[in-house]
This record gives sequence, structure tokens and C-alpha cells, in this order.
Amino acid sequence: MNFDFSDDQKQLRDQARRFLAEKSPPRAVRAVLEGKADYDRELWKGLAEMGFLGVAIPEEFGGTGAGYLELCVIAEELGRALAPVPFASTVYLAAEALLIAGSVEQKQKWLPKISSGEAIGTLALFEGTGNPSPKAIKIAASNGTLSGTKKPVADGAIADFAIVAARTGNSGREADISLFLVDLKAGGVTAKPLQNVDPSRQQAELAFDGAKAEPLGAAGEGWSILSRVLDRAAVLIAFEQVGGADRALEMGRDYALDRIAFGRPIGSFQAIKHILADMYVSATLARSNCYYGAWALSTDAGELAEAAAAARISATQAFQHCAKQNIQVHGGMGFTWEFDCHLYYRRSNALALALGSQSYWEDQLIDRMRQKNAA
Amino acid sequence: MNFDDTPQEAEFRAKARAWIDANAPKQYESDLRKASLGRVVLKDANVLDVAKAWQKKKADAGWAVPHWPKEYGGRGASPIERVIWQQEEGVFGKLTAMFIIGQGMCGPTMMAYASEDQKRHYLPPLGSGEKVWCQLFSEPAGGSDVAGLRTRAEKDGDDWVINGQKIWTSGAHYSDYGILITRTDPTVPKHKGLTMFFLDMKSEGVEVRPIKQANGNSDFNEVYFTNVRIPDSQRLGGVGDGWNVSLTTLMNERMSIGANVATGFPELFDYCNSLTLDGTPALDDRAVRSKLASWAVKASGLKYTSFRSISALSKGQRPGPENSIGKLVAGSMIQEVAMYALDLQGAAGVLSGPEDADVAGRFQAMLLRSPATRVEGGTDEILRNIIAERVLGLPGDIRVDKDVPFNQIPTKGRA
Ligand SMILES: Cc1cc2nc3c(=O)[nH]c(=O)nc-3n(C[C@H](O)[C@H](O)[C@H](O)COP(=O)(O)OP(=O)(O)OC[C@H]3O[C@@H](n4cnc5c(N)ncnc54)[C@H](O)[C@@H]3O)c2cc1C
Ligand SMILES: Cc1cc2nc3c(=O)[nH]c(=O)nc-3n(C[C@H](O)[C@H](O)[C@H](O)COP(=O)(O)OP(=O)(O)OC[C@H]3O[C@@H](n4cnc5c(N)ncnc54)[C@H](O)[C@@H]3O)c2cc1C
Repeated sequence: MNFDFSDDQKQLRDQARRFLAEKSPPRAVRAVLEGKADYDRELWKGLAEMGFLGVAIPEEFGGTGAGYLELCVIAEELGRALAPVPFASTVYLAAEALLIAGSVEQKQKWLPKISSGEAIGTLALFEGTGNPSPKAIKIAASNGTLSGTKKPVADGAIADFAIVAARTGNSGREADISLFLVDLKAGGVTAKPLQNVDPSRQQAELAFDGAKAEPLGAAGEGWSILSRVLDRAAVLIAFEQVGGADRALEMGRDYALDRIAFGRPIGSFQAIKHILADMYVSATLARSNCYYGAWALSTDAGELAEAAAAARISATQAFQHCAKQNIQVHGGMGFTWEFDCHLYYRRSNALALALGSQSYWEDQLIDRMRQKNAA
Repeated sequence: MNFDDTPQEAEFRAKARAWIDANAPKQYESDLRKASLGRVVLKDANVLDVAKAWQKKKADAGWAVPHWPKEYGGRGASPIERVIWQQEEGVFGKLTAMFIIGQGMCGPTMMAYASEDQKRHYLPPLGSGEKVWCQLFSEPAGGSDVAGLRTRAEKDGDDWVINGQKIWTSGAHYSDYGILITRTDPTVPKHKGLTMFFLDMKSEGVEVRPIKQANGNSDFNEVYFTNVRIPDSQRLGGVGDGWNVSLTTLMNERMSIGANVATGFPELFDYCNSLTLDGTPALDDRAVRSKLASWAVKASGLKYTSFRSISALSKGQRPGPENSIGKLVAGSMIQEVAMYALDLQGAAGVLSGPEDADVAGRFQAMLLRSPATRVEGGTDEILRNIIAERVLGLPGDIRVDKDVPFNQIPTKGRA
């Protein structure tokens, strides 16, 4: 058994960590958080130059074709650094949808631009509150055009194109849903940035008014493609969450060692030690679930759906737990704008919802376990 | 990243599997599957007898303690081969519970500190299950704080004379030997005046009194020592070096107990899978699904954490204190799982008889046994301290008794 990343992959992780420590320090995250930029363009360019945007995109489409395990280690570092860029929308969602269902022309048109950092993509799935579900999709496609509204759409206001889930039938089944690729710069779409709990990553409303939409994948296949995209993205976002959880734990540990109260470092009080020990436990469980997700993703295993859901639930719990307790360890300082604790707290709660709430992933997990059990 | 065996590992696994397939007591397989924490019942057979017979059969073929050296009854298997053996032994491994303390803790301590003659004499029957060993560490005055123990050993000629009391000694009532930690010098600070021995439990002056546990069983005991004589040749490690010797034992405790801890999750999932609530399958219920999902990811998190440790073992690295998370997570989890399984049964969940309760009362038994998991082999709090100090590098507790001669440490809380 070799249930670990290879030495090369670990080196890539170190390289990504050094790169992001320099290019995505808290100062850069705050610039976006405070509205001085809608995303970090310098960082985006740098990620492209490092080859990180195309790490799981085959060479024939402009990527490096290194693979998903490589993408996982990069995702972890992006999460640790809270990178204020549309990486998840573009790489985990849009690029993966193209890779799974795009025509050769569509791939040739968009994937090289993703790898080079020229195009930002996103997935327009949600229409207000509620979890991913065919029934929740109201926006309809007719005669190659789309009309209706999607929100929230991550990075919708800075994206060049979107993969849009829309209704092409009314049978009440999954086959009603199809995917479309919309060039957001080609007219018929209005994007409006929306306030959100983590402004270091953007959310938007996209209003389509007769926007030109080309099919992505076969008609009626939209939901099954989407499910696969969401599973893959779940693993990758889980790695971001584990990176964030680890960083929050480190911040708490470091503060506990330095802060003196009652004549002692607060890290010598068991109340604080046990908080930090529990953070370590949840981060470790999440990491281990993520490794299994990484294996399933990289081998396109039949277990991917179950592994992705487990990684997703575990990593969501761990990041929320670590981010929240990191503030607790910091006392009053943890509740200031100046300390970085709230950046992690915000991100942990935004990522928790990025692909639908916990209950969606709980359903995915239990359904798969049940199927496996019946088999 | 892969789950594949190396060619040598695969060969070892095939050998182990073939042997188990041909030799395991399969007539008990289904009973063992139904066994869980707090209850192992075999139809028409006594668990101890079946356990001893299985252990002996393994020993005759060299599988009893595969990771021990050949000359002591093992087959010199590597740490990773030991794990493979445990995986293959599977449900029959539940029969080894009564040997875990002896083989997992006493054996390695003997291996590290006994003389060559003693090792050749005592270890093979310990491995084969013909002799059972217990661990005489905890005392009324010291469980977490083992070094606070008060049982005295005083030199008399070539012997040591032991007086005092141990408590919580698992299996003392059926043990043949034990390893015993004592205080030989109360005038020095507490960690410095300890000495370790092994002894015959049939020695004159040893009295074993079973303790009735909160769940009604009696698996642990009080052990009293009245002028018990132990020859100096049965001392393990130097006089005053007992603390270091005990660390060997406790480190092995971590390796053996941490390996495969019960969470109760597979049992709960099976139960929910066959349960209906108000006429609909329990697994369709949103609240049930949510609870199960949270526990499922803890169970899988533990499983894959152990896979990561196994991978490290396979590369020749030693598992570290991060293994403390296994029992810490599983201990509270199995307790909560048991409570939830009872809750799903409504008012009838209170019934615990095998005829009345769902799944023959397995969850009621689990409920009543589970508090002990959070105490035995290091309490939850001690495990959190270990993680905080050894893994995260936080300061140790302020120890008010550290440099004080043992006989000057206060012995009462509220006066
Ligand atoms: C919204 C807000 C409003 C406030 N308003 C006021 C106000 O109006 N007037 C005012 O005077 N103050 C005010 N405070 C300050 C507040 O009382 C302190 O923040 C609080 O007492 C904690 O102190 P600290 O921030 O220095 O954290 P620290 O004392 O440094 O604590 C850091 C961490 O260590 C833990 N810790 C510290 N000592 C121990 C110990 N002995 N045992 C176990 N754990 C320990 C803490 O629980 C915490 O988790 C306010 C704080 C906030 C957040
Ligand atoms: C089923 C079972 C089997 C056992 N088998 C054996 C055996 O075979 N041989 C043997 O030697 N022992 C055995 N034990 C004893 C076991 O090791 C001790 O019970 C355990 O170490 C706790 O010690 P204690 O019971 O004295 O509790 P205490 O140490 O008195 O602890 C009481 C409470 O105080 C907390 N506490 C104590 N110290 C600290 C600290 N420094 N920081 C924070 N909290 C603290 C504990 O976590 C606990 O919650 C067994 C126990 C059980 C339950």
C-alpha cells in the first residue's frame, strides 16, 4: 500500500506553497476582500506561468497534463493561502465540465485559454436558495438562446464564459436538464456582483436575456454530467478546505505559544490545548478522507461519488471547526479586522456552501453506501 | 498513490489467507460477526476456550505472533506483514482480545528487558496463548498518573518483597503472569524511584479480587500483594529505572490498541439499513441520514488515517503519537452511536435482553461498555494532552510534584 503522495507531488506542493507565500500573502487577500480589486490579476498570471491552471488539462489542449493528484496538492495550497482568484470556478468546474462533455472544438477553443490564464470560466447552476437538484432549475433554453437568472454564480462577474444548467424538457425528470456554454462577453447577459460573507472571492447574479447558448454535451445529459463535475470539484474544494484548516490550526497554535495571560503562555492551559488537539483531530480525519478522494479522482474509480462526498463533508466540518476555534484561541484579537482569523472564518463558511450545503453531500454519501450495501 | 501490495506483501497475504481459510474456526464466524464491544457470545461454546484453541493452532503453524522473532514463537514478520495478517484474520481477530495486553504490552517489555533464557522460556507460551499475562500498573492512587503509584518493593537478600495494591487489572483472574511496576525509593521524586518486575500470579501473597463493572461484567480486578517475594532475577531494567521501562510498555499499548478501534458505525449502518420508521425505511429519513453521514466520515477518516500509517510503516517509518487520535475519536463515537441506536428504538430501546431488544441487544451492551473505552489505556483528556504536547508542541502541564520527593507529595484533595 502506498497511500500517500509521491516525492515529486510533495515537491510540487512545497513549490506551490513558496510561490503562494510570496504572491498571495494576507495583504493580497485583503485587497480583494476590501474591494480594491475583483480578483488578484498578478496572482492569476503567476499561476498560469507556473503551469498550475492547466495541471490536469491534457497537453493537446494547452495544459501540462500532469494529473489530478498534482491538482490536489495545488488546491490544498490555494486553500491554505486563501488565494483570491477564480481558480475553483475556472479549473474545478468549467474546465472539468469541458473535459467531460465538451466537443473537440469547444475544448480547443477554451481549454488553452484556461491554461494560459486568458479565460475565466464558471458554472451557473443555482437559482436562489436550495440544493443542486433538477427540479430547482427553472431557466429554460429555446432555439439556442437562454433567458432567466442564475444566482449565486461564483466569479460570475469576472468570468468570460459560463457553463449553464438549463431546462430543455418538462417531464419532471433528470433528462429535462441540459448544459450550455455561454460566451458571457457576446451580449445578452448582465452580471451583477453580489455581497457575500467572503468577499475575497466574488459572487454574482447572471441575468440571461436571449443570450446565445451552445449545447455542452448531449441534450438531456446535463444532470449526469453535472453530477460528475460536482463530484470532481468536491474533492478539489475539499483539498482547499484541508489547506485552510491546517493553516487555521497553525495560527491558533502559534498564537497560543506567544500570548501570555495569567503569567503563562495560554497554550499551557488545558482548555486551550484541548481545543487545539480537537482541531488537529478534525483536520487529520479530513485529510485522510481527502486522500481517498484524491485516489478516486485520479483513477476515475467507481468509488468517486462516495469518496467525494466523504471528503467534502469531512473537510467542510474540519475547516469550519478549525476556523471558528482559531478565533476562540485568539480571544478579543480574533474578532478584529486586523487579525487574519476572520479571513479563514469567512472562507470556511463560503466554501462550505460552494457546491450546495452539507445535506446535499450527506444524501450523496448515504445513497452510495446504500447502493453498495445492496449490491 | 495506490492500495496495492508489493510483490512480497502480496505473497505474504496469499499465504496468510490460504492458511486462515483452511484452519479458522468457521463454525463461529457468524457469531463473531454479530459480536461487538461489550458482547461476544458464541453458540454452545465458551469464548475463552475457543480463543485459546485458535491461538494454539496459529502458534503451531507460526501465525500466533507473526511479528515476533522465530526463537520466541513468531515468524519474524515485518510491521507491515503484521498488519496484513490482522487484515486477513479479520473477524477471527475478535478472539484475540484476551491476549492483547500480554502479547501487545507485556511481551515487548520482556523482549526489551528480560534475559535471553527468560525470553526463550516465557515468550513462546505467551505467544501461543497457553499462558496469559496481565499488566499491573494502575493503582487507586494513580491511573493517569501512573508514576504516583505506592506499591512498595523492598530488597531482602536476593529477593524483593512486595506490599500494596493494584486496581483495574484486566484479566488478572485468569492470568498466569504479570508485569508489575513498584516503588523502590519513596525519598526521590516520583518518576525516579520506580522499578519493574514480572511475576507468577500464583505466587504466595497475591490475592485477586474481581471488580464488578458498571456494565455488570467482571473483566478487571483488584490485586493485593502481601509480602510477595520476587527474585531479583525477575527485575526488568535497572533499580529506579521503572519509568523508562513502563514507557516501552505504554508505547506498545499505543501500537496495538490504536490499530483497529471499534467505532460502532458498521453495526449502526446495518441496523438502519434494515429498520423502518413509521412504515418507511430509516435510511430515507433526513435526520437519520445526516447523523449517519457525520459518523460515516469519522469512521472512514480513521480508516484512511490508519492506511496512511500503514503506508509509513511500509516505508520503514515508525508510527508516532498522531496515532492517539484513533481511540480518542472512536471512544466518544461508539458511545454516541449506541445512544442513537437506542433512540431509534423508541421506548423499547430501554430493553436489553437478547430476546426483546433489536439485534439481540447489541447496542444496549455497547452503550453500557462504551464509557470504559474513553478511560482505559489513556483517558480522552490524557490523549488530548499528548496530541497538544507531542504533536503540536504546546507547553507541558505545570507539574507541581515533579521535583518533590515522593513521600512529601500531598495525598488528599479536599480535607
Ligand atoms: C465584542 C467585544 C466587546 C468587548 N467589550 C469590552 C468592553 O466594553 N470593556 C472591556 O474592558 N473589555 C471588552 N472586551 C474585551 C473582553 O473582555 C476580552 O476580549 C476577553 O476578556 C478575553 O481577553 P483577551 O481578548 O485578552 O483574550 P485572552 O485572555 O488572551 O484569551 C485568549 C484565549 O485564551 C483563553 N484563556 C485565557 N486565560 C485562560 C485561562 N486562565 N484558562 C483557560 N483559558 C484561558 C481564552 O479563553 C481565550 O480562548 C470586549 C471584547 C469583545 C470581543
Ligand atoms: C476497562 C478498563 C480496563 C483497564 N485495564 C487495565 C489494566 O489491565 N492494567 C492497568 O494497569 N490499568 C488498567 N486500567 C486502568 C486505566 O489505565 C486507568 O483507569 C486510566 O489510566 C485512568 O486512570 P484512573 O482511573 O485512575 O482515573 P484518573 O487518572 O483519576 O482520572 C480521573 C479523571 O481525571 C482526568 N485527569 C487525570 N489526570 C489528568 C491530567 N493530567 N489532565 C487532565 N485530566 C486529567 C482523567 O482524564 C479522568 O477524566 C483499565 C481501565 C479500564 C476502564
